[in-house]
Order: sequence, then C-alpha cells, then structure tokens
Amino acid sequence: MATANPTFQSAGPAAGSRSFLSKLRDGDEIARLVTFLFAATVVLITVLLVYELWINSALPRQKFGLHFFVTQVWDPVLDEYGALPFIYGTVVTSAVALLLAVPLGIGASIFLAELAPARASDTLQFFIDLLAAVPSVIYGLLGMFIVVPLVRTVIYPALNKPLGFLPIFKGPSYGVGFLTAGMVLAIMVIPYIISVSREVLLSVPRDQREAALALGSTRWESTWKVVVPFAKTGIMGSIFLALARALGETMAVTMVIGNTPQIVGSLFAPGYSIAAVIANEFTEATGDMYLQSLIELGLVLFLLTFILNGVARLLIIVTTQKGSKVTN
Amino acid sequence: MSNFMLTMTGVCAVVSVAVLFFILGYLVFNGGTSVNWAFFTRLPKPVGEGGGGMANAIVGSAKLLLAASLFGVPIGFFGGIYLAEFSGAKVAGVVRYAADLLNGVPSIVIGIFAYSVVVLPFKHFSTLAGSFALGLMMIPITLRSTEEFLNGVPRMLREGAMALGASKWKTISTVIVPAAYRGILTAILLALARVAGEAAPLLFTAFGNRFWSPGWSQPTASLPEMIFRYAGSPYEDWHKQAWAAGLVLLGFILIINILARTILARGIAVPRS
Repeated sequence: MATANPTFQSAGPAAGSRSFLSKLRDGDEIARLVTFLFAATVVLITVLLVYELWINSALPRQKFGLHFFVTQVWDPVLDEYGALPFIYGTVVTSAVALLLAVPLGIGASIFLAELAPARASDTLQFFIDLLAAVPSVIYGLLGMFIVVPLVRTVIYPALNKPLGFLPIFKGPSYGVGFLTAGMVLAIMVIPYIISVSREVLLSVPRDQREAALALGSTRWESTWKVVVPFAKTGIMGSIFLALARALGETMAVTMVIGNTPQIVGSLFAPGYSIAAVIANEFTEATGDMYLQSLIELGLVLFLLTFILNGVARLLIIVTTQKGSKVTN
Repeated sequence: MSNFMLTMTGVCAVVSVAVLFFILGYLVFNGGTSVNWAFFTRLPKPVGEGGGGMANAIVGSAKLLLAASLFGVPIGFFGGIYLAEFSGAKVAGVVRYAADLLNGVPSIVIGIFAYSVVVLPFKHFSTLAGSFALGLMMIPITLRSTEEFLNGVPRMLREGAMALGASKWKTISTVIVPAAYRGILTAILLALARVAGEAAPLLFTAFGNRFWSPGWSQPTASLPEMIFRYAGSPYEDWHKQAWAAGLVLLGFILIINILARTILARGIAVPRS
C-alpha cells in the first residue's frame, strides 16, 4: 500500500540508500517481481475474459446487430436468434425477487442493527452468513420439490380466484414459472441485502439517533425517520448488489422457471432466463451461430452485472464514508 | 404503531434465519435415509436398479477443488502480497478493480470463459477445465483478503524486523505473513466452500460422467452437477440420490464455514467476499 512504502524508506538511513545489488541479493527485487507477475495475472485474466466474450460473439453481433435484443425468435433450425424472451424472463424473475426480498431483508437488517442486543445480532448474522453459503443448486433442489408444489396447490388458487382478472395472475399454473423462480431467488438474495444493509445501518453515527430520541421521537420514529434515511444510499447499494446476484443466478432458476422461451404477462406461466438458456443449451449447441448467440447472451449478462455491481459499490462507499465524516 | 413496526422487523429477522434451519431440516429428513455407506463407495446405478452411490462424484469434486486451489490460491495470495507490500497506489487500484470485476462475474459466464480457453483448445471436457473455472472464482476472494489482513498487521512488527536488519522480503515472509495467516487461511477456506457448491461453471467444463474419471483430462462428475442432473430426472430413485448428495454437499460446506468462522477466525472480522 501507499502508506507502507514511506515507512520502509524511513526505517533507517541504510534502508533508503541500499543499492539495487544488495536488494537483489536479499531477494527483495525478486520477490517484488514474482509477486507482481501474480498480480498482473489477475488483470490479464480479467481482460482476457472480456476479450473472449467479445470475440466469440462476433457472428451474431454482425448478423443481428441490435435486433438481437428485440426479436423473439430462438430457432436453431433456421439459425435465427433473438434474446428478448430471455431478457424478459431475467428481468421479471429478478423484479419479483426484489419485491419479495427487499421489505423482508430491510426489516431484518433494521432489527439486527438497531434493536437486537449486540450479542444476539452477531449470532443471527452468523446464521445469515451461513444461509448465504448455501449453494444455488440446493436452493434449486428445494425449489423443485417444495416451492413448485406450493405454488401449484396453495398460492395459485389463492391468487387466481380473487385476482384472476389481473393479467399477471391469469391463466393456468404448472407450478414452474416466473413467480416460482422469483420466490426462490428472493430467498437466495435476502442474506446479501441483510448483511450489507446491517453494516450500513451500523455505520450511522450514534448522535443521529440520540438527537432524534432527545427531541422526543419514539424508538421507531428515530429509526425510520432518521437512521434509515441517513443510510438510504447504502441500502440502495445492497439492493443493487442483490439485483446483480439475481440476474446472474443460474442453477436455481434453471430448475424452477419452466424453460419455455415466451413473453407472457402471467406470473404463473413458465418462462426462461438468460443464464438458464446458457446452462441448458450450451453443450447441445450445434453450429457456430448457435453457440456464439449463447455466448453473446453471456456477454449481456456480464455487462449487466458489471454495471450493477459498480453502482452498488459506489452507493455503499458513499454512505459508509458519510457516516465516518459526521462522527469526525 | 411504534411497537408493531419494531415487532415486525423482529419477525423479518426470525423468518430469514428460520429459512436456514428449514433447509437443513428438510435435507436431513429427505436425504438422511439415502446417505449410507454405498453412497460414498459405489458408482451410480442405471435407472431402475436401486442403490448405488456417488463415489465418482465425491472424488470428482475433491479433485476439482484440489486443482482449483492449486491454481487460484497462489495467484490470489502472492498478488495480495504485491498489493499490500510492494505496489504503488495506481497499480494497486487497477489490480483491485480487476479482482472486484472478476468477483462479480456470474458463475455461468466464468463457465463460458473456461470453455473457450481450456475446453476448445484441448477439444475435451476435463477435470482441468472445471478446476480452471473454479480456481478463477477463488482468486478475487483470496487476493482481497490477503491484502486486507496483511495491511492489518501492526506497523511495529514491521519496524521491529527492519530494525534488526532484515530485508524487506525476509520481513514479509517471516514476520508479516505469519502474523496474518489465520485471517488469510479463513478467507481461503471460505472461498473453497463457495466454489465447492458451484454447478453452473462445471456444466460445460467438467461436464459430468457416470463412471470414474481417470487422470485430469477426462470429463468428471461432481456433487453439484449430479444434484442438478438427478433432481431434473423423472425417476424416484434418482431424486433420493439427489437429496442425499444435497445433504452431503451442504454438510461439507456448512462445516467448513463454521470451522473457518469460529475456530480460525476467533477475534478476526471476516471480510465479505
């Protein structure tokens, strides 16, 4: 780090004036070079990843151009490919996931950061961290055997009978579909929302709370009207982070979304997502155009998550720094 | 109103945590009966024949994780040393940015990348290709946490070593890294646990195999991939095996997580990946 270097140079008169040769003999220069190579490898790999995605999707990019994003055909026989149904599925499932996960996640993080005693908060956070470690294929497994029947036998009748006139609750249900995938995704992203939001809330300076309480507000008022607004940007960051995870999530979605490329209004209908179509069709893709169209979908996914992660990081940093500035 | 909303936030927290215990309980309930000696020692049986196990997938996962660690951990570890001890602010910024970018790449896209740089040139799905994909995912976590924990070593330790006349490399290798090893090891274990459950990047790199996979250049089975394939099958027997595999995999991952977080990291804050 930048701070470490001056320390070494000023460590003694000899340290700064040591010749290159003696540094070489001590192994310093070799160590610097070797560790540099490893660090450079990381940059190289990342650049190579973007390059490979770009080069290997040249065919469909040239043939379809921006049409790729607005056409609905996905026809390996005619070699015509359009990404719209997959983009639609990815967006809808992620939106459902956030609708369900955000209130629950933020509620839980408020409890952990503001109300629970430190000990209990840490213990609960430990379990939340474990929950984040559960592999996606296991969420998929449980989704297939618990959430799918649940949607078909309980949620579908409950929503379709009274609200069936709404386009989003219309039509039959097979259990698999947008809603099911969204529900499973919601369970998967809640831990991310909780962990990050809790941290952001904890970084809110103490005097903000005390001032609100001193002015006679209740505990809830000080939390909801002072602490949460203070941390709003960072909480938004946690939501963006969760969204990036949801968009790129593969296994669990593939197992419960129904794998049918279509654009329909009903949440009970089966659909498809970008990640799911790559997972299902990549090894079976015959012909360069087919394979490269799948790789272009991968490129789209990469760019989406790249942008969302960038925004999320920015928002979180802004908020936590705001907190430390006020305390100083 | 106030009390009601406060209670609701508590309910949110309890519901979220309850999901973990529900998942665990359900897996034990469904997979417990199918986890037996045969599961760990036998090959998968053809459809219709009961019994059999997933020995090949367990060995496959172990091989994948071993090779992934051998590839990903050194790059992350030494890269992290460079960031913390040698680099200037500009270079460090670039490397850190690349690592964060890599960390955010969806695992299925990592799979595509591994496919195009390892599978295509060798014209073969292989253990190595799968390990490459998983290793890539271990790099950013190892790198950032190595850097973080090295930076956390008190300055007095460095200065003490320098005052005794140790060279910079000697200081790093004998004083600084040993002082930070617990935190770094914790992060590496967490990274390992994370990639152990990944199926998406293995679908078209390690592919899958119903038999033993000799050496490193053949397609291989792995536990996450077997769960995916078996759960999606229409056969009751295979569903049971998928539950068993799910239980074994989750058990493994949770044990590593708990060990890393409680025993190794006692008193150390674990950085978020």
